[in-house]
Amino acid sequence: MKGFLGKRAIASAISLVGLIILVFFLSRLTGDPTDLYLPLDASQEARENFRNIHGLNDPLMVQFGRFVGDLARLDFGMSIRRAEPALDAVLRGFAWTLQLAAITMVLVTLLAIVIGSLAAFRVGGLFDRLATFFSLIGASAPDFWIAIVAIVLFSVNLGWVPTSGTGTPWHWILPIGVLFIRPFGLILQVVRGSMISTLSSAYIKTARAKGVKNRPIIFVHALRNAMLPVITVIGDQAAGLLNGAVVVESIFGFPGVGKLMIDSILQRDFAVVLAAIMVTALAIFVMNLLIDVLYAVLDPRIRY
Amino acid sequence: MAATDTDAQPIADAPHPARRILAMLWRDKFAFAAALFLLLMVFCALFGPMLLEDAATRQNLRGRNAPPFDFSKPWLFWLGGDALGRPLLARIVVAAQNTLMVAAGAVASSLLIGGALGLIAGYTARLASQVIMRLADVIMSFPSLLLAVIVLYMLEPAVGNLIIVLAITRIPVYLRTSRAEVLEVRERMFVQAAQVMGASTRRIVFRHILPVIFPTLITIATLDFAFVMLAESSLSFLGIGIQPPEITWGLMVAQGRPYLTTAWWLSFWPGLAIILTTLSLNLLSNWMRTALDPVQRWRLELPRSRK
Amino acid sequence: MTGHLLEVRNLTVDFHTARGTVHAVRDVSWHLDRGECLAILGESGSGKSVSASAVMDLIDCPPGQIVSGRILFEGQDLLTLSPDARREINGRRIAMIFQDPMSHLNPVYSVGFQIAEIMTAHGVARAEARARALELMRRVGIPAPESRIDAYPHQFSGGQRQRLMIAMALALKPDILIADEPTTALDVTVQAQILALLEELQQETGMGLLLITHDLGVVAEVADRVVVMNSGEIVETGSAAEVYRTPRHPYTAKLIAAVPGTGEMAAPLDTGIGPILDVQGLTKVFGDFTALQDASLTVLPGETVAIVGESGSGKSTLAKTLLRLEDATAGAAFYAGRDLIAMPPKELFALRREIQMVFQDPTQSLNPRMSVGQIIAEAFVIHPGILPKDRRAARVQDLLRQVGLDPEHIHRYPHQFSGGQRQRIAIARALALEPKLIICDEAVSALDVSIQAQVIDLLNRLQDELGLSYLFIAHDLPLVRDFAHRVVVMQGGRIVEQGPVRQIFEAPREAYTRALLAASLDPDPDVQAERRRARAQLAEAPA
Repeated sequence: MKGFLGKRAIASAISLVGLIILVFFLSRLTGDPTDLYLPLDASQEARENFRNIHGLNDPLMVQFGRFVGDLARLDFGMSIRRAEPALDAVLRGFAWTLQLAAITMVLVTLLAIVIGSLAAFRVGGLFDRLATFFSLIGASAPDFWIAIVAIVLFSVNLGWVPTSGTGTPWHWILPIGVLFIRPFGLILQVVRGSMISTLSSAYIKTARAKGVKNRPIIFVHALRNAMLPVITVIGDQAAGLLNGAVVVESIFGFPGVGKLMIDSILQRDFAVVLAAIMVTALAIFVMNLLIDVLYAVLDPRIRY
Repeated sequence: MAATDTDAQPIADAPHPARRILAMLWRDKFAFAAALFLLLMVFCALFGPMLLEDAATRQNLRGRNAPPFDFSKPWLFWLGGDALGRPLLARIVVAAQNTLMVAAGAVASSLLIGGALGLIAGYTARLASQVIMRLADVIMSFPSLLLAVIVLYMLEPAVGNLIIVLAITRIPVYLRTSRAEVLEVRERMFVQAAQVMGASTRRIVFRHILPVIFPTLITIATLDFAFVMLAESSLSFLGIGIQPPEITWGLMVAQGRPYLTTAWWLSFWPGLAIILTTLSLNLLSNWMRTALDPVQRWRLELPRSRK
Repeated sequence: MTGHLLEVRNLTVDFHTARGTVHAVRDVSWHLDRGECLAILGESGSGKSVSASAVMDLIDCPPGQIVSGRILFEGQDLLTLSPDARREINGRRIAMIFQDPMSHLNPVYSVGFQIAEIMTAHGVARAEARARALELMRRVGIPAPESRIDAYPHQFSGGQRQRLMIAMALALKPDILIADEPTTALDVTVQAQILALLEELQQETGMGLLLITHDLGVVAEVADRVVVMNSGEIVETGSAAEVYRTPRHPYTAKLIAAVPGTGEMAAPLDTGIGPILDVQGLTKVFGDFTALQDASLTVLPGETVAIVGESGSGKSTLAKTLLRLEDATAGAAFYAGRDLIAMPPKELFALRREIQMVFQDPTQSLNPRMSVGQIIAEAFVIHPGILPKDRRAARVQDLLRQVGLDPEHIHRYPHQFSGGQRQRIAIARALALEPKLIICDEAVSALDVSIQAQVIDLLNRLQDELGLSYLFIAHDLPLVRDFAHRVVVMQGGRIVEQGPVRQIFEAPREAYTRALLAASLDPDPDVQAERRRARAQLAEAPA
């Protein structure tokens, strides 16, 4: 298992390096980098000044060396809008996002697995058809639209929950509720599909011939096998929440890394954008490793 | 199950493929409705701007934020009017073109490029395959929405650029799927049989492997179409996708946001258009997964005796 | 008639399929008593497993449906019991083992857990169940069970997995054991061991054994009585010896006649010309595993050379290396004087016409998305020199006729044909290239006995008509006995012995060849009884 994980870690690390190279060349080759780092109305003099200080006139490889060196020292520079190191702002935002993503994913995973498994046990039954129908709608829903409809309905008209902020647990309900819908719909469908094919496999027949009860057949024999394809999807969706809650965070004024990123882009605060990219990429890197560990734990055949 | 394995006559010839597909579609009423709805949307996208461009852009101050279901007004106003008094129904029909074009362009190019790279990665030497896979990992580990945000921020947010960006973020999906399928299919015996006959690599890839994995790719593409539409809508909603005066459904939702409390219909109808289209695509994709799988197909061909 | 341990009365089960409702079994009745072994014999699609599935409540509904009949276990109708009551019987009173133990064991749980589970599911405490599991593993002959109880199914060999299944099934000392094709996927020597174990355990516990099989040899080895089934109906019932010697129903007679290993053995071929294929010291190494070591053999024009061996013997590797699907590590193979192994791609391409292959599983060796016509005509597309375009369609029809298929079926797809027909299509595809040598890799082992005989007849006829040579790879000794001129026996990547078919079968020199011959089963119960006695004497002798 160590060999397997080592290989996966190396593969992911290579991807991380690729990402760093990509970000560097995107930021250097798609126009004037001072456009990225400085406000749009910066004077020509300020631009020259910035170029000299940060060595933007040096050869590309020298700049790249410096870029990597800065990354290695976790130095992303100062946020020009916040008067603090970019990394601090990003880590603060990331902590919020992590909480939001973790709570949402735990809820999504648990509910999708239980409901999906039960739906798969009686394919074509009423419960199955309801679950399939609602999961399809969930998977089709645009989150920004759900978010604003939910605000109108629950905050403005009914006044049950606040529209934005993070002050009380009440503040978390709408963002979690909205973020929940799409991953839930998608994962539920994968669980159901995977369970259906697992339940028709030969070892389930053996378990029935042994006189094992239905509940252990579903949740002991079938579930662990059916989880293998599901884990991949859970990982993808969690990654989406770690970085892509941009829309929902900005609608609900949630101070996570997604909102920080989109704000920084609109405010042309590139240092923060860069730090945010690297932090989320690292988070996804770690999460992918966790997924691989989970894979190896669930399936003893994975030992290559 | 009870497959008779005697040297008996084979079963009767199947009916014409097109009729067979229609019959299978008719069997799944949801998928049938979805297909009809999508046809309608495609019609809107093709001919909508031609027919309703004028009506959709003519401002009418008396129709500002006109409420829906006022049937005394012209039919274009039945879904209400927007902040400048333009009929929402006409605008939704016209916006279908940009919305569907961006999604279709992105899906088609990512399917083509990703599928081709996947074939190469699955069938050729290890080095090329490794490079392609790591490239896919890089794109995957990069937040897809964010990649779009950043690139559109550096480039100009035009329709063409939007398509390119969305296509790049979706390439890994097709790449991974087709590679995994190729790795499985190339081990099948009919591929070996072709090798033994002396078939060239090109023939094996295009004649034997591609037709087998193509249905899977098409099924994924249908599902992905919905995903790309949602991504485009999100970008337009955030203000970094399509820019006015061009319109897409996502942009319409964003434009209606300031009027949420006074005129909900501004955001509601375009959002509903998005949700219905993605739902239809999902339903159709589900149906295709069954219909294109020779093992599962019988579920759609079963005589309607029970249930 | 009461008092039987298990009795199935007038059972009819329907399956709803795409082609309408199929009677899987119709009005089937049989019974099983304590201490006896009943075999249900039938080919694929005969419905031989259906009544056992009904006994175990394993018929999925839909698509299956029990239309009528009763299943009496100790006088109690199982079909009227609640699901919970039936679950109580499953595993405790009636247990079942299956063909292909790999897919019937849950891959993600340890075998210890899975054996113990049958006991915990019926109320045995966990610690005790584990101790018993260990004991059972030892009983069924798993070496060093203490160190293997927490291992996973994929870490065992095929034979060991079936032993584990048996351990699991016998954990609660059931009154009845149902064995559904328990030895079909196993090597002959392993098959003999598993059957011996089953018999031994049956004598020990006095249980009733219901054996479902397609193999008359297995029936002869273990069954007291036999029920013969064909397309969902019982055609004949009787004692194993009686049915073999005096079959009353024509279907039974046909089945017995189709069993290979009773015909005339071919005399060695004497052509007077040199071999068409001369393999010298062929070796293939994968990493640190030698799959094929120093294999040398020859094939004469018009000759059939059989390569027999168990799984892992290297026989398939030999075929793949000869066809250049794998690159050989060392050695040479001369075809008409030219070395196949060292040949550059261009020459090899031309030579592909001369050497063709027929694969084991015709379902997988035919592209499901190409019509029969396209599959066969592909030969002409790849090698355009064979025939001008305008004569190809007619040639495809000729080929179909030649292999005994209707030329009208040229536009159909492989899934519209039966297994035997598909193998005929695969043979037609090989013939399209007008080869001189055809390598058949287990070409008939996926087929039913009666279909096997037909395909072998076809191969024989084509050899006479076209002067083909065959390199015939098989694990089934009786089949080879009737078909081959010469036999090559392989074990663990090496050629152990080779010679004319008569010498191999009547005067084998090597111990391994003798062991293979002793383990293969004869359809005659008397012959098998004789062999069993001989084996028992051998076992007692050293003591």
